[in-house]
Amino acid sequence: MYLNEAPELSVNNLVVRYGDGCSDCQESLEKNRCKVCGTVWAVNGISFDVYPGEVLGIVGESGSGKTTLMRSLYFDFIPTSGNAALRGYKGGQANIWEASAAEQRMIKNVIMGMVYQNPVLGLRMDYSAASNIAEKIIAAGSRDAGQMTGRAKELLEAVEIPTSRMVEPPKNFSGGMQQRVQISKALANNPALLLLDEVTTGLDLSVQAKVLDLIRKIKARYGISILLVSHDLAVIRMLADRTIVMLDGKIVESGLTDQILEDPQHAFTQQLVHSLI
Amino acid sequence: MNSNYNYAFLDEGSKREIRRSILKAVAIPGYQVPFGSRELPIGRGWGTGGIQLTLSLIGPSDTLKVIDQGSDESVNAVNIKKFVCLCTDVKTTIDTRDATLIQTRHRIPEIPLDNGQILVFQVPIPEPLRIVEAREEATKKMHAEKDYAPMWLQLYESLVKYKKVTIPSEYPCMVEGRYVMNPSPIPKFDNPKLHKAECLYLFGAGREKKIYAIPPHTEVLPLAFDDVPFERESFLGKKCRQCGSENTYLDEIFDAQTGEKFYQCSDTSYCLEARSHVSK
Repeated sequence: MYLNEAPELSVNNLVVRYGDGCSDCQESLEKNRCKVCGTVWAVNGISFDVYPGEVLGIVGESGSGKTTLMRSLYFDFIPTSGNAALRGYKGGQANIWEASAAEQRMIKNVIMGMVYQNPVLGLRMDYSAASNIAEKIIAAGSRDAGQMTGRAKELLEAVEIPTSRMVEPPKNFSGGMQQRVQISKALANNPALLLLDEVTTGLDLSVQAKVLDLIRKIKARYGISILLVSHDLAVIRMLADRTIVMLDGKIVESGLTDQILEDPQHAFTQQLVHSLI
Repeated sequence: MNSNYNYAFLDEGSKREIRRSILKAVAIPGYQVPFGSRELPIGRGWGTGGIQLTLSLIGPSDTLKVIDQGSDESVNAVNIKKFVCLCTDVKTTIDTRDATLIQTRHRIPEIPLDNGQILVFQVPIPEPLRIVEAREEATKKMHAEKDYAPMWLQLYESLVKYKKVTIPSEYPCMVEGRYVMNPSPIPKFDNPKLHKAECLYLFGAGREKKIYAIPPHTEVLPLAFDDVPFERESFLGKKCRQCGSENTYLDEIFDAQTGEKFYQCSDTSYCLEARSHVSK
């Protein structure tokens, strides 16, 4: 990373609020909930950058706003306020949340790839694995079926799913395989930014290792920028270059991953690191 | 003519409203225009969309033809014809060329229509995206944003599973590069007849309360991948047992007694005419 390098993704003062809010909100928050009006501030004024080829880790306990942040970036819901710019969309000069529906679909399908914790959210469970990958390619505008099948084969091979099973729907697959299909789907259009939301949670240890290994390979091979959300510090330690620590919708600490894990400054981070078994 | 009813059964206000919807549909080819579907002495789902179009368009100078799956003599066609005659006294015909207004269910006549003619379709499900999205709210948005990716995915899935597109009828078309349209349950054989036609095609869905149209000379192309061309039903090596035609859409008829299979034209008036030429 050079000082003059343009970030792949730049998020500025993102707020996601459930409820109308009130004038007392910021003073009377109990964790992330206002005691006066009951509004929940899931993400409360977050700013960060992701640089090309970098893996940015986001850690935090459940309810700290990690997933809300990811889902906002993938347009699953539109945030209350704030803006985000992508290098691949209007040269990083425009707010992606103000883009038209068609532009948002283009951003989702071409510039970004998303892997959800729950494969049900990211895959069409009744469509074949090949179709799941083709969906992205169709959305990017291709109408060449042969090319789609070729790309699906290539990607499924890359994630070690036998191509003989590409006509099967993911509902027939194990959890680890589903997660790998999701990753190959996310990579279909060579995105510039990959969003990984707790990709290994709920998988057994050997499968976890496989998925993590795959992500490392993808990082080395394609040089994609990755935004990685996890509550598992081992995953963060293994993959992330820089890390952000979230608590109650805010960033409490950020820096190089090694630094944060070896010398945590904030009380919450210290607790998090020390509770690592 | 039964004088207890208004001319063409519907009141003038209703007919005018339907004609206004038709004008809008003609102005935006392939777009489904909502309309206030009226009560008729026939249950919804029995061609009431087509009948309302016919009733609101018909005038004393018109000649009406009604077909059901290509046949002029099926119960549905005969009764619709009788009903319209009861309240209009218009001339009817089975000759495709003589008709100014043709109401059809699931076929387009074999004889190409000219620009003085209107073909009215009875449509059960006007929404082509219904097979991929159940909610009307969502399909409307998809049309508005021209988001047809799920439709293409459906086609691709069938290619992956069966090595070909398996939609038998109601094959979705792209109208003027803008709206994906359901051509009503016509066989794929008839799809090319919609493209750059001379006549006006009107589609009415009474139960679903939608009207849409293809005006003359409109581009209507079936959805197909670049490397997998659209294919019609093939009747290669088969011909009509009555008129001998080899270039028409054929019905397969099975004789349970002898176990034999016959083929004959689904368009009965075309078949009759072809036979009269043969006998001359």
